[in-house]
Amino acid sequence: MEAAVAVRALTKVYRVHERPAGLAAALRSVFRRTYKEVRAVEDLSFTIEPGERVGFLGPNGAGKTTTLKILSGLLHPTSGEVKVSGHVPRQREASFLRAITLVMGQKQQLLWDLPPAETFDLNRAIYSVPDRTFAETLRELETLLDIGALAKKPTRQLSLGERMKCELAAALLHRPGILFLDEPTIGLDVSMQLVVRDFIRKYNEKHGATILLTSHYMDDVASLCPRVIVIDRGKLRYDGDLATLVKTIRPDKRIVLVFPAPPDRAALERVGTVVELEGTRAVLRVPQSEVREAVGHLVASADASDLTIEDPPLEEVMRDLFARPAEEPSEATK
Amino acid sequence: MNPLKAYPTLLRVGFSAALAYRAELVIWMLTTTMPLVSLSIWTAVAREAPVGRYGPGEFVGYFLAALVVRQVTGSWLVWEMNQEIRQGTLSQRLLKPIHPLWIYSAENLAALPLRAALCLPVVVVAVIYADLTRSGLLLAIFFASLVGAWLINFFTMAIIGSLAFFLESSTSVFQLWLITFMLLSGYVVPLELFPGWVRGVAEALPFRYTLGYPVEVVIGLMDTKTALRGLAVQYAYAAAAATTAILVFRAGVRRFGAFGG
Repeated sequence: MEAAVAVRALTKVYRVHERPAGLAAALRSVFRRTYKEVRAVEDLSFTIEPGERVGFLGPNGAGKTTTLKILSGLLHPTSGEVKVSGHVPRQREASFLRAITLVMGQKQQLLWDLPPAETFDLNRAIYSVPDRTFAETLRELETLLDIGALAKKPTRQLSLGERMKCELAAALLHRPGILFLDEPTIGLDVSMQLVVRDFIRKYNEKHGATILLTSHYMDDVASLCPRVIVIDRGKLRYDGDLATLVKTIRPDKRIVLVFPAPPDRAALERVGTVVELEGTRAVLRVPQSEVREAVGHLVASADASDLTIEDPPLEEVMRDLFARPAEEPSEATK
Repeated sequence: MNPLKAYPTLLRVGFSAALAYRAELVIWMLTTTMPLVSLSIWTAVAREAPVGRYGPGEFVGYFLAALVVRQVTGSWLVWEMNQEIRQGTLSQRLLKPIHPLWIYSAENLAALPLRAALCLPVVVVAVIYADLTRSGLLLAIFFASLVGAWLINFFTMAIIGSLAFFLESSTSVFQLWLITFMLLSGYVVPLELFPGWVRGVAEALPFRYTLGYPVEVVIGLMDTKTALRGLAVQYAYAAAAATTAILVFRAGVRRFGAFGG
């Protein structure tokens, strides 16, 4: 089967106008402009199979949005090859545009002063969705996203979370097989993040859609994406399953303890590194190979009322990964 | 993907949007009432003695018609394109499988019925007090020339709007275009009253075909043959503007793709 997304040696270089602050610099720039080259993406290669859910991670300015824009045909690569659903995105053929959708958490397509229902109808016409298919899809999306009466309220009167639910519906009415989601949960509260996350998973499971997701909320990625692609300064740092990444970068576990009364710090430090101690709650960091021994010791000697073992937070894993020099292999890269 | 099939829905949703922005639309229309100022000045002048073929009655007809023609053929696309290109929100349009110019045109046309309705009192006054043509053929040419004027305006605005792909902002170019339009279209002064060579230049340029020409047709200052010849020139200008707009937009999108939005 043909890959849903195939990227080979992708490079994108921007030429950016540069000028220092101040009036003199402003006047100078009228006559003589200086430019610098920014290598937003460099020699990036990866493949995504149909139906995969992949997290696309990297710090700000890593090149994630640039890559998503190239994959959706908005930007042209400087060099390299890109194929999405068998199409070359930069050609922006109608059949390609029907096969994909790009949801950007910070840019909306809903018509601001009209109810989302109008945008839905507009997209029905633009994508030539037959009336019956449109009614079915809309019913399904409205149920999954619990849109209800929201579709009839002017967009400007909706909350951010309500708007994102309608944005997702508008973006999926033509039933695209490939979803590029750029920060779809940005600014949403925790419960709304859960709704969006749950929806993405259900949509993927029901329609076998391919999903490439960027998010600053690591919980989105951890709960949705078995595979992650990590880029930093435009270069690939890791491509593989999330569990292996966590194990490779941070081969330790967190033991979270709750005590009936504040515990003795010195006693805990004999078992592992205390990373948090607040009132009756303590968090220890212990090398993976010593977890069994540490837990045995804690159960025998301390009077903890609750004990859980967790992976380190993904934020910390990412921070540690990006702190390493780029040349250092992060293993497991496909 | 057939844009014409989607067009009725694009128009319907565009009309809903125009209704949502009705207050803004009325204010916008009030800013384009310059012909009323010209009307009061020129009728006062003509009361002393006719100016060329224009007496007070002709001036009333000319400027009322100019007001209506401007209202129903105007395009404000340049502002929207300029903003969308600069802020990168054009991306949403580029992701759709229909050329953005189709969608822009529907949004533009959809606001015209509301503009026309607001112009109705002016039309009634013009029909009662001004000496409009009674020739069925000239009236047919007039309505066809309204379409032609809208096409030239829309595609010219698309060309200037697309310059935002290449310049920091295209609105300064628009200001330049607007001043030239006011001088050379017959918006402030009928072209017939210009001195010799200026008149020749103004009549050859496309500005006249966005305003002065349809107005001259409807107030009966032209015979059928001249009017038909004018219509052919107008549609040639419209075709040239459309071709240029499509090419400039395409080049702009290529640049947008190269440099990002």
